[in-house]
Amino acid sequence: MRIERRLRQPRWLTVVVPACSLVFAFFASGLVLLATGHDPFSSYRKIVDAAFVSNGALGQTLISATPLAFTGLAAAAAFRMRLFNIGGEGQLYLGAITAAATGLYLGGSGGASPFVIAAMIVAGCAGGAAWALIPGILRAFFRTNEILTSLMLNYVAAYLLTYLIFNSESYWRQTKGFNATVFPVGKDLPSSAVWPGATIHVRGGITLPLGAGLAVVAALVLWFLYSRTRFGFEAQVLGDSPRAARYAGMRTRRKILAVMAISGALAGLGGASQDGDFRHTLDADPNGLQRQYYGYTGIVVAALARYNPFAVVLVAFLVGGIQNAGNTLQGADFPSGLVGVIQGLILFSALGGELLVRYRVRFGRRGVERALEPAA
Amino acid sequence: MNNSLLVVVLASGVAYGTPLLYAALGELLAERSGVLNLGVEGMMLVGAVMGFWVVQRLHATTGISLAAAIGVAAIAGAAMALVHAFLVITLRASQIVSGLALTIFAGATGLSSYLGNDLHLADNPARHSFHPVFPSSMQNWPIAGPILFGQNVLVYASWACVVAVSLYLSRTRPGLNVRAVGESPAAADAMGIDVTAYRYAHTLAGGALAGVAGATFTLAITPQWVDGITGGVGWIAIALVIFAFWRPELCLVGAYFFGALQALAPQLQARDIHLGPTVLWTNSLPYLMTVLVLVVVSSSGARRRLGAPSALGVPYVREER
Repeated sequence: MRIERRLRQPRWLTVVVPACSLVFAFFASGLVLLATGHDPFSSYRKIVDAAFVSNGALGQTLISATPLAFTGLAAAAAFRMRLFNIGGEGQLYLGAITAAATGLYLGGSGGASPFVIAAMIVAGCAGGAAWALIPGILRAFFRTNEILTSLMLNYVAAYLLTYLIFNSESYWRQTKGFNATVFPVGKDLPSSAVWPGATIHVRGGITLPLGAGLAVVAALVLWFLYSRTRFGFEAQVLGDSPRAARYAGMRTRRKILAVMAISGALAGLGGASQDGDFRHTLDADPNGLQRQYYGYTGIVVAALARYNPFAVVLVAFLVGGIQNAGNTLQGADFPSGLVGVIQGLILFSALGGELLVRYRVRFGRRGVERALEPAA
Repeated sequence: MNNSLLVVVLASGVAYGTPLLYAALGELLAERSGVLNLGVEGMMLVGAVMGFWVVQRLHATTGISLAAAIGVAAIAGAAMALVHAFLVITLRASQIVSGLALTIFAGATGLSSYLGNDLHLADNPARHSFHPVFPSSMQNWPIAGPILFGQNVLVYASWACVVAVSLYLSRTRPGLNVRAVGESPAAADAMGIDVTAYRYAHTLAGGALAGVAGATFTLAITPQWVDGITGGVGWIAIALVIFAFWRPELCLVGAYFFGALQALAPQLQARDIHLGPTVLWTNSLPYLMTVLVLVVVSSSGARRRLGAPSALGVPYVREER
């Protein structure tokens, strides 16, 4: 077997390869299921049922898909420049914290709903961007590995989130009422800070959250930024060849900061949407927001979408379906962790599939000789 | 005296530092051969859950159970590393993304959680666990007692591993070959060293050590199984290799430093010592300190990438030299 570089990458491969990766990932997960004595077909039927078919499933899937679209876009924005921001998880928490504070404050003081919501969106973006700028600045000015620093800050953000609700009497925490004395919870957002959604009355009702719309807009903006502007071009050159970029006089530091801020803002927007669209409070429950690992799953989404913003939105819906099925089905015949196994295998096979896009695999000696002929 | 905060934190710092040390030594071996494996957290968790499974299910004496558990944990960790090795060495995939994939696949929400759940391992304490080896009279010696003699066999074995890895890399032929493979695979290949075989072997060895590191949690530190029991230690171990300038003996120092930071949070909380938002900063301390040390190391001494293997993260393709 020989592996050689493709001179041209056919367009159809960029669609077929991710699709095949997905099939392979399910095949491999099936082997894991078989090895542990489960019937893969019945498990998959349950997943598809819970994700897309049964009553109200699509609405639930949308709830999982919306944050994944944001974290997927966040990962895609950074990974495209080979800036490995894996801090999407923490940036999402920070966005949720700042957006909740804004919603509580402005909504509580009687602001008009559109104004409160707009402020929450801005605050969420700012919170996520600020958290992402910490590894960004360290990378730009001290050349510190952003993978490790952004990841470490995920743990810090998680402790911060828990601290605000469980270990302190912070602005976010509900301190009055009977329930608050039994179990610590966040304050409920005032109704003017709750984001609206459009309901479609099919199959038990599907609510299109405002966040899902924002994710599509964000994807459009990101696509425009990366494929139609000088900024996007320079960011990609910096990713592919930092030396060439510096030689051409591109500003490396500024671009690192900008890309990290954009990436963090997208993840933070996902956090704001968690507050406004779905949870209507700052959710620090260990079985709530922190159990979903939206930030990490966003990396899977971005990789399978090959960092294309529009594909991210589509893939987020698909992976969101799997995530939703995992939440719904958790029980004796559906071990927790299966969703992570499937997601990990999707990422592995997307990565292996990348090889087929960039390289050509030839079998046997004859292929080798034919390849060498023109040279001889 | 032995109950003073400093001694207790140092003694449990050695205990908490042990999984860090094993994992860092493993990562060091892989990186010295040129393979960056960011999947340490995942490999540790799979090692942790498999080791715990053996102890719960094997009907044998304590010694045999624990030895078998460590062996199985090592094999499980190596099996996880094999996936990464195949993708990055044979298929030349991005080492960073493949390592992340391994963490997601095997980590806190992936295979380790699946196995723990499917094998019904949660909610039960370990049937056998590692205990201090020396008699309690020695453990009661002032200062040195708890720190040096109050530890279990895994701690002492980790010291042997440091010496072994150190000697291996500096004094043996294969060890020198690994360093050549990590520094300049093309030159190593020209010398007749099998680059692929060396990289596979050391990635797998790294995975085995990460598996043992995980089992240290479930069989010694907190003898039970909880999803995500390692809590990011695998990532700190990767950072530790950088602080240690890719040298095993410095890994030992760094591991105990970060182990002590981890031990600080429960100790301060148990003694009811409060300084501002104590719960927040003590829990975050190991992670924040990792960031801080990374910044110091990357801005000063390591400007010249002190000790980093030159070919780290770069796939070796003979045809594309």
